[in-house]
Amino acid sequence: MSEVLSAPHRLEFPYRRSVGPVLGRFLTGLRDGRVEGIRARDGRVLVPPQEYDPITAEPLDEWVPVGPAGVVVSWAWIAEPLPKQPLTRPFAWALIRFDGADTALLHAVDGGAPEQMRTGMRVTPRWRDERAGDIRDIECFVPVAG
Amino acid sequence: MSDPVRSIRTPIALDYRYTPGLASSRFLRAVAEGRLIGQRCAACGKVYIPPRGSCPTDGVPTEEEVQLADRGLVTTFCVVNVPFTGHAIEMPYVAASILLDGADIAFQHLIQGVPASDVRIGMRVEAVWKPREQWGPSLENIAHFRPCAT
Repeated sequence: MSEVLSAPHRLEFPYRRSVGPVLGRFLTGLRDGRVEGIRARDGRVLVPPQEYDPITAEPLDEWVPVGPAGVVVSWAWIAEPLPKQPLTRPFAWALIRFDGADTALLHAVDGGAPEQMRTGMRVTPRWRDERAGDIRDIECFVPVAG
Repeated sequence: MSDPVRSIRTPIALDYRYTPGLASSRFLRAVAEGRLIGQRCAACGKVYIPPRGSCPTDGVPTEEEVQLADRGLVTTFCVVNVPFTGHAIEMPYVAASILLDGADIAFQHLIQGVPASDVRIGMRVEAVWKPREQWGPSLENIAHFRPCAT
């Protein structure tokens, strides 16, 4: 009598992508524990930085140190994290605007509970000890007391 | 580490649970014992391996099991010169469609034990099985096929 077999099967694509000079410098900064934005032609500081001005399409090259703290512009609570998400306990995905920046970066906030989260709250990065030049060099953001 | 960052790893994985079905489960259990079984269609008489439980031409169940030899011939092949990540085989290697004696459909496997430039369509090949203690319900029990005289 035959029984139907069943086995796990993983289909995996081990991609590596080039990041270009601007994101490359941004990621190099993260590896060194720094956050840098780039100034657009209208004076706004873009974080994450862009290679070309979003309005005039001119190349951008004026780098501006920002952060490391910032404010939560918007957030969504993740009650049941999925595998490979930044944290294994409940957390918030948030748009975070670094001090000195005019645009926001998507990252995770280790906020404890949704009742402790609010738009406008101040957060600061929790850096990994071993950094590789990747957005995950910031493990997550944590609330700033006070 | 002072080199600027030029690239990032962005792997993506899809995790499935594969269920091969009744016919292929019987096939894989036989492979685990070192046997290759196909199924014959009662309408057209063709023998399929690996069996899928029905004949794609006649649409009828294929219930008769047929034990097949672990040798046959190369119906077509490809010399692979491009390595890719996570691949352990030495370059170049040959992927071939192999028609086992008694079967009416070919399946894919590797040809080794011969320079890639010497592989020919119609070449006789036989299975080289891995050591028995490494066998499981998988065609990977056959390490590769190699040329044989008959």
